[in-house]
Amino acid sequence: MLKDFYNYFVPRFDWIPSSKPSHSHSHPELAGKLLQRNELHVPEEQLKYLIPQSVLTEVDAIERFVWGYQCRRCGNRKHDLFAKMPHANCGKECVYCRHCIQLGRVMDCEPLYYGSSSFQWLEYSRPCQWEGELSHHQEKAAAEITKTVHHGKGELLVWAVCGAGKTEMLYPGLTLALEKGKRVCLATPRVDVVRELYPRFQKAFPDVKIQALYGDSDEKRGDAPFLVATTHQLYRYAHAFDVIIIDEVDAFPYHNDPTLHFASKRAAKPDASIIYLTATPRKKFKRRIKSGNLPSVFIPRRFHGHPLPVPTLKMMYNLPSYSKRKLLPPAILNTIRRQQSTNRQLLLFFPSIKKAEETARTLYTRGYQVKSVHSEDPDRERKILQFRNKDYRILVTTTILERGVTFSSVDVFVIDAGHEVFDEAALVQIAGRAGRSPEDPDGEVIFFHSGKTNALLDAVDHIRDMNRLADRS
Amino acid sequence: MRCYVCHQEIMLVVTWDTFWRPPKKEKICNDCLDEMKVLGEAGCPVCSREDSTGVCFDCKRWTKSHPDLLKRNTSVYHYNGFAKDLVARWKYRGDYVLIQSVEEQIVKAFDEAGYRNWPLIPIPLSDEREKERGFNQSEAIIELLNKSPVQALVRSHSEKQSKKGRLERIHSQNPFTLVEPICKPVVLVDDIYTTGTTVRHAASLLTEQGCPEVYSFTVFR
Ligand SMILES: [Zn+2]
Ligand SMILES: [Zn+2]
Ligand SMILES: [Zn+2]
Ligand SMILES: [Zn+2]
Repeated sequence: MLKDFYNYFVPRFDWIPSSKPSHSHSHPELAGKLLQRNELHVPEEQLKYLIPQSVLTEVDAIERFVWGYQCRRCGNRKHDLFAKMPHANCGKECVYCRHCIQLGRVMDCEPLYYGSSSFQWLEYSRPCQWEGELSHHQEKAAAEITKTVHHGKGELLVWAVCGAGKTEMLYPGLTLALEKGKRVCLATPRVDVVRELYPRFQKAFPDVKIQALYGDSDEKRGDAPFLVATTHQLYRYAHAFDVIIIDEVDAFPYHNDPTLHFASKRAAKPDASIIYLTATPRKKFKRRIKSGNLPSVFIPRRFHGHPLPVPTLKMMYNLPSYSKRKLLPPAILNTIRRQQSTNRQLLLFFPSIKKAEETARTLYTRGYQVKSVHSEDPDRERKILQFRNKDYRILVTTTILERGVTFSSVDVFVIDAGHEVFDEAALVQIAGRAGRSPEDPDGEVIFFHSGKTNALLDAVDHIRDMNRLADRS
Repeated sequence: MRCYVCHQEIMLVVTWDTFWRPPKKEKICNDCLDEMKVLGEAGCPVCSREDSTGVCFDCKRWTKSHPDLLKRNTSVYHYNGFAKDLVARWKYRGDYVLIQSVEEQIVKAFDEAGYRNWPLIPIPLSDEREKERGFNQSEAIIELLNKSPVQALVRSHSEKQSKKGRLERIHSQNPFTLVEPICKPVVLVDDIYTTGTTVRHAASLLTEQGCPEVYSFTVFR
């Protein structure tokens, strides 16, 4: 009972069969996977000999505690996200998990299949072809990352401002991992980040087999030594990775979804190096750094050495009344007109999809080259690419583009920046879109609001603090 | 309590009524319930089709070719985009309890149609389909109505043809076999009434074997 109580609060993974070297196999597509029968793509005859060889092991899908259940695929424990149904296949009343049902229904009478992670991945020699140079600050972080990869079991938080060049800092550590035949996964809550990073890694590591995995990616196999994936993909992995990097660890939906934390812990091998990347750590991480139980490295300076653009706050008393009439105050329209006469493109953030689309239409009728992008937009990937190629001048969007995506020369305006969707982290990230390129390291960031919020003030303080710390270091 | 459909927390409104009695457990939030369009009184009196005044074109055609096959179909909801998503999650993803979110309205419509004391016959699935989903949607509805299914039919060939056009379907072979003739009025139960072919296939077998009247109860139309 007491053990039960403990296990309920501290997720444990001792139900995952240990992968002994004697179980080593030649099925990279099964290594470290936790799948349902229909996801296996293994015929029944083959299953009959993969199980005795411990290449695949059947494990219970739903664990029963004294007071409830836990789904072993997604870690869900919420009482109201389990349900019972009369199950035609077994004739019994069976329990299933409603939380991860989009990936296929997990039931207590049907096992999950765990693929042994004893697969020998290729040991690449000199995999990194990147020829750039790391800045002094990047080098410091790169050394810590490499140390963490080398050491094995352990965690590291890399706190680096937007535009610090996080991706390049990873290259030396990734190189070491790939040379040692370690399996690596970079996971992030944001699909746009996966799409942005994947080609960059491909370019830097041209001979390494890398796969990008996300909801509707063409690639589904997940049989590469280096995966770039959304954190949701980790629901299908267990004790799979020697190195796991969680990029944008503070981003929605990762930061407030315990099932994603469960999945990423489970996807890491017991002796894995776990590296978190963030520009805006949440309180929980800051507390862990302070109490000394999370090693961290801090990079307050951008890779090009210039300070972060500090946002200007502009009070617009009339914003709500214009907004109600689906209009923008003339002062904002004037600012946009003035901005559009410069060479920079404009990123325009709104608190909701509806407002973003409304404004895109208004600006379009006024003759601007403008497009809007939001989370449910099927055309999102193409529109972002076109904006990056400077095919049009104004991109109107929501917090969906607050992070991960970089454009070389933009100004950033946030309309109704006092809205509750813009928390401190979101505003810091949004401001961080400006001044990314060494050729144009400045950028104007304006937060239009109809009343200052703590988030607004905290965000500006945060950016000023970073610039101050950068000057001191 | 969370909404079965969108998982958002359902706010309980405290009125004098709920103040004295324990509130009943809501399974659907008002936002989701608003999206579910209950079919009105108007529409086709035979099949519940909404956009028709008087007997609809389809039903007239059925009457001409197969008079008196189906007395009447009662449906609860318009099969709109929201309902389609709900059915996809319920039936294809297999989230069995999802349909319980609208239990109350389904039971009410069923009782108002006066079907409570009649034998309820589920539309059978092929073994393959049933194994895939883990349940039969018609039986799930009967369970929801707190009744027991009467297994009068079995499926003799698979559902694959449901992709064919309407005409093809009407003339295609009857996919069912009757295993238990019933000589009193019955109600066929299914999730969706689209062209009415499925229930009429089932009805034709029942009437041939002496069933006087066949009705159908389908949740979506
Ligand atoms: Zn689950
Ligand atoms: Zn079962
Ligand atoms: Zn709802
Ligand atoms: Zn009709």
